[in-house]
Amino acid sequence: MATSNKSATADHDHDASRRDFLFVATAATAAVGGASAAWPFISSLNPAADTLALASTEVSLAGIEVGQAIKVMWRGKPVFVRRRTAEEIKEARAVDLKTLPDAGDARSPADDAKRVKAGKDEWLVLVGVCTHLGCIPQGSSTGEIRGDYKGWFCPCHGSHYDTSGRIRKGPAPKNLEVPPYEFVNNGTGLKIG
Amino acid sequence: MSSSQGAPAFTNPIVKWIDRRLPIFTFMHHEYGVFPTPRNFNYWWSFGGIAMVMLITMIVTGIVLAMNYTPHVDFAFDSVERIMRDVNYGWLLRYLHVNGASFFFIAVFIHIFRGLYYGSYKNPRELLWILGVVILLLMMATAFMGYVLPWGQMSFWGATVITNLFSALPVIGDPIVTLLWGGFSVDNPTLNRFFSLHYLLPFVIVGVVVLHVTAMHVAGSNNPIGIDPKGPQDTLPFSPYYVTKDGFAVVAFLLVYLAFVFFAPDFFGEPENYVKADRLVTPPHIVPEWYFLPFYAILRAVPDKLGGVLAMFGAILVLFVLPWLDTARVRSARFRPIYKWFFWLLVVDCFVLGYCGANPPEGYFIPLSRVATLYYFAHFLVILPVLGKIERPLPLPNSIAESVLGGARK
Repeated sequence: MATSNKSATADHDHDASRRDFLFVATAATAAVGGASAAWPFISSLNPAADTLALASTEVSLAGIEVGQAIKVMWRGKPVFVRRRTAEEIKEARAVDLKTLPDAGDARSPADDAKRVKAGKDEWLVLVGVCTHLGCIPQGSSTGEIRGDYKGWFCPCHGSHYDTSGRIRKGPAPKNLEVPPYEFVNNGTGLKIG
Repeated sequence: MSSSQGAPAFTNPIVKWIDRRLPIFTFMHHEYGVFPTPRNFNYWWSFGGIAMVMLITMIVTGIVLAMNYTPHVDFAFDSVERIMRDVNYGWLLRYLHVNGASFFFIAVFIHIFRGLYYGSYKNPRELLWILGVVILLLMMATAFMGYVLPWGQMSFWGATVITNLFSALPVIGDPIVTLLWGGFSVDNPTLNRFFSLHYLLPFVIVGVVVLHVTAMHVAGSNNPIGIDPKGPQDTLPFSPYYVTKDGFAVVAFLLVYLAFVFFAPDFFGEPENYVKADRLVTPPHIVPEWYFLPFYAILRAVPDKLGGVLAMFGAILVLFVLPWLDTARVRSARFRPIYKWFFWLLVVDCFVLGYCGANPPEGYFIPLSRVATLYYFAHFLVILPVLGKIERPLPLPNSIAESVLGGARK
């Protein structure tokens, strides 16, 4: 194509510019058309309407004693709901934030006061997925290893989380994520998502 | 490889590097770039490329649909409804696939009748033609199994009727039907294997298409006057001449196809198939998809169970031996004044058969479908062999170039 173009340019300058325009116009139309045709195929891979409709989960907090934790499913992932002891809260608040490996962000702040709802310091709600490579850290059920910082311990590659779910030691780069949630039914229930 | 012979001088060093080790660029240049193609193609020659585009469309939409489809009798129907309602653009993907099947058959039927009119099946293109008939058979099997997957009423009862065809065979009939079903009726095992095969066969079709196209590149294309090119004056390089012409035809064809997808997506469909399969209720009027109607008419035209099944399969099998049934040396119907008429009669006959297949087998449809069936076989088994002996063809032009330029002078 390139060679025939060159010879055409030499022979008929006038024709060549017209032909170049046609080439570019055709290629541009094909590119736009191809991209628009590809879009529905790519879009279909995203969550469907029925998947999105299942995006929130409600749980009852009745029966969770102080010091206990439960795991619930939300969007196909486990969510840890832990009712912390006063001592655990104190430990989490006592840490100097500057010493933490992850300074936190809007979704997963480093300050323990910001990781819970005001006045509900007992209740710690976290997405139970290790921020390293997606395993589920241990420490919610009785008898599971809670790691060096009494929070959670990921058995896959040895990440230690503290009683606020912040990364303290190990390969995980970030603190456990806090999902969007609110208390319902006068504080006896939790709506995640 | 004869890469030295007219090999293009690639300037891109990466292309050069690859081509010396695996001459795909040289191959593409020879087979699709400079490939000498008769200069007198009309638009009927575009339907091979159109069929190829439809095959690719079917495979791409099918792969995405399979990601959302569940091949289980309890979930299949609902998973298809979920595709239609919940999956992003699922309605579009499914309508593209469903109507794509119809338009794939439209393209292939036109492609076949083009071959019949211009004698494209004759020496040296017999094997090319036979491979085409193999593709048609594979397409029919694939389409039939695909129609079962939504698990609607027509899916279920269509599958029941078609698989029961094999029970017509003496002695081995019933064991074969049980083997096809994987049970004692059309059920979950049947649905599972149909899904598996429906996913496999399109890739088998791609394989046979490669052979089909390779055979075509050995013999060269036939052309509207049916005489071989005698030199460079009779041909044009495939690119850009036929790339452009076929590209235009593809776009025009896609426009019609997409008009149906967007404005009449259920035109070719059967409303009954939006009712979930019920093994206790047979719909009052079972019809296959439109592309099977002529064959369905032949099946019902024969008043004997085994005879009907044999006639139906025979209607396709006869195409395998067509190159030897047609005794005429002249290829193109342009120079066969009598054959031309019989060709159009065959086209009409196929439409009549389709019309009979769409209607219940009662009243005048019975004698009509019998006459049409007899004529169909008579065309291939009696008319073609005899006609080749008695017909006096018109004088052939000396060359393609002469016929093209001569036509322009008049």
